[in-house]
Amino acid sequence: MATATAHAGHDAHHDHAPSFFARWFLSTNHKDIGTLYLLFAFFAGCVGAFLSFGIRMEMEAPGLQYFSNPQTYNVFVTGHGLIMVFFMVMPALIGGFGNWFVPLMIGAPDMAFPRMNNISFWLTVAGFCSLVCSLFVEGAPGAAGAGTGWTVYPPLSSSGHPGPAVDFAIFSLHLAGAGSILGAINFITTILNMRAPGMTLHKMPLFAWAELVTAFLLLLSLPVLAGAITMLLTDRNFGTTFFAPEGGGDPVLYQHLFWFFGHPEVYVMILPAFGIVSHVIATFSKKPVFGYLAMAYAMVAIGVVGFVVWAHHMYTVGLSLQTQSYFVFATMVIAVPTGVKIFSWIATMWGGSIRFTAAMHWAVGFIFLFTVGGVTGVVLANSAVDKYLHDTYYVVAHFHYVLSLGAVFIIFCGIYYWFPKMTGRVIPEWAGKLHFWLAFIGANILFFPMHFLGLAGMPRRYADYPEAFAPWHKVATWGGHIFALGMVVFIIGVILAFRSSRRAADNPWGEGATTLEWTLSSPPPFHQYETLPQIVDEPAH
Amino acid sequence: MSAAGRPPQNGARWTALACVGVVACMTGLAFASVPLYDLFCKATGYDGTPRVGTAPMASADTASAKALRVHFDTNVAPNLTWRFQPEVTSVDAVPGETKTVFFKVTNTGSKPATGIAAFNVQPGLMGSYFVKVECFCFSEHTLQPGESADYPLVFYVDKGLRKDPDIGDLGEMTLSYTYFASRNGSPQVAAEGKGTGAGTRTNF
Repeated sequence: MATATAHAGHDAHHDHAPSFFARWFLSTNHKDIGTLYLLFAFFAGCVGAFLSFGIRMEMEAPGLQYFSNPQTYNVFVTGHGLIMVFFMVMPALIGGFGNWFVPLMIGAPDMAFPRMNNISFWLTVAGFCSLVCSLFVEGAPGAAGAGTGWTVYPPLSSSGHPGPAVDFAIFSLHLAGAGSILGAINFITTILNMRAPGMTLHKMPLFAWAELVTAFLLLLSLPVLAGAITMLLTDRNFGTTFFAPEGGGDPVLYQHLFWFFGHPEVYVMILPAFGIVSHVIATFSKKPVFGYLAMAYAMVAIGVVGFVVWAHHMYTVGLSLQTQSYFVFATMVIAVPTGVKIFSWIATMWGGSIRFTAAMHWAVGFIFLFTVGGVTGVVLANSAVDKYLHDTYYVVAHFHYVLSLGAVFIIFCGIYYWFPKMTGRVIPEWAGKLHFWLAFIGANILFFPMHFLGLAGMPRRYADYPEAFAPWHKVATWGGHIFALGMVVFIIGVILAFRSSRRAADNPWGEGATTLEWTLSSPPPFHQYETLPQIVDEPAH
Repeated sequence: MSAAGRPPQNGARWTALACVGVVACMTGLAFASVPLYDLFCKATGYDGTPRVGTAPMASADTASAKALRVHFDTNVAPNLTWRFQPEVTSVDAVPGETKTVFFKVTNTGSKPATGIAAFNVQPGLMGSYFVKVECFCFSEHTLQPGESADYPLVFYVDKGLRKDPDIGDLGEMTLSYTYFASRNGSPQVAAEGKGTGAGTRTNF
């Protein structure tokens, strides 16, 4: 690893910001756009959480309690999935933390294309608006909204939803996808061309590596999704038959195209989290991360292999035995680089001078929970087992362990780690720790019973279920309430931070925090690095 | 950072242009996958796509080989008021033996209609061994109200079937047909289904 020579010269007179409207609506500053993304992700997350609460309340007991029409329940499930994936996790981890800290960490004054950065953000907002519209217009006959699941499989999404709700949802994905592609181009260009003098790729912080790999995944996968949903759109509206068997099409082709995007997409959501957790673990263990190069190339390997495993989502469509064998094998191979990362994090902590700050709580909790999700992932990778567990709550438990307990935990981890840097304020440590324990206990009570439900045969996307499944569903709903309580603590913590007169130091975490953003003031000046930092080699610690 | 001593702005432009090129290629690939997938299915019989043959197989070892029972399943999409039945619900075919089966189609509606049949073989693995020499499903048919027609299907099961380790001695398969209103003819599925609650298709 390398450290930077500290540099003077953030002259105060260069730190004047434009007027409110120009600053926040016409923003070209990477930090302001990052803040906008984080605020947007928080807002969209609240909407997505509201939808998930509808789901959890309904599932608390058998029979229909809150939804008179089970189709509306499916609309909630679909909305929850799409919002959390495209408008919460991605904006927070890529648009939010990525915009804020990639330029700071690589010593760049801003992103390569600041105006394109602004377009990316507002396209994402427009996509969210389109998705919200889809909730209120007719989808399936006699019901509002798209109840297709986030996968939008035809024929349910074509002839099953004649109303315009699915068109709005498709348009929403087009807009959000275009925003993400522009964002990805921006990250790749910034990272490849604007690193500070002396910062070679092999000295670049792991979070920047993570965002670089993520940007490549987006660049390669999102156009395929855009193509697939465009074909779906023309099938629905212009009489084409790409996925309609009466015209020689095949609905299974949609599934192939969707998952060619969909599987890299899950790494898009988790790789930035891998980057953040590496920095937090290293900072609070007061050690450079163990196996830096292996960590960087493990992410590259996960990204590459992630493109050739998509059909493990489709074991039930009638793949030949050889095809299934290949996808089982390829999927399990991903456990190897992932294992490299998990063990390197543990090795970083080993023998370190560990401080259990709020951010460290979230990072260590993430390692534990992500490993649980990874283990169930290896179970599901087996096509023979998967045929039994396909579309059950076991799958729901699996992907919530890696996303809701993985990506979301690291979003909070990043907030507790970087909040002093971003705002200059300090969230009380007790709030972060209390929030962590409520979220950790709540989320486990919420999602662990779903493994049992799935093994017992409880299918996904059903509003009603037999009496036998009731006890674990009830327990899961209690877990949801505890998790929500944690969110209240988080909001109180943020309010306290802004009401307190306490100000954060430039580097509140001490000598373990070695990346460039800690050499700047807290919050950083409006324009940073007018004199580029020089990266000098430093012998290993 | 830029190669060959170019100013950074130039390097950034090239990187961005290369990224745009990647996006264009991947979009193109997504659309190219439609004909490629179609070709792949037809060539390999993937996912229950039956093969189309021109001539019957040379010899059938009818005496010694074990016969395969082929079941016929017929469906009609909800927006087409046709009756569609096979003359027999199943036939026993020795691999290599050419068989002919007739299907009876009647327009029970009050309007002339044009339909086309989609087809699939289950289990999907057998698709590549099910060879159609002649099939009514290759083209559209128009029936007047009350009109009936008998359409032939000529097929054989490839002898290679018995050598496939994934299939082994499986003894049965199903050929499923669904008659849809032709998209090129007047009635269309999506238009008919709008708002009426009849937008769902039969299972196939």
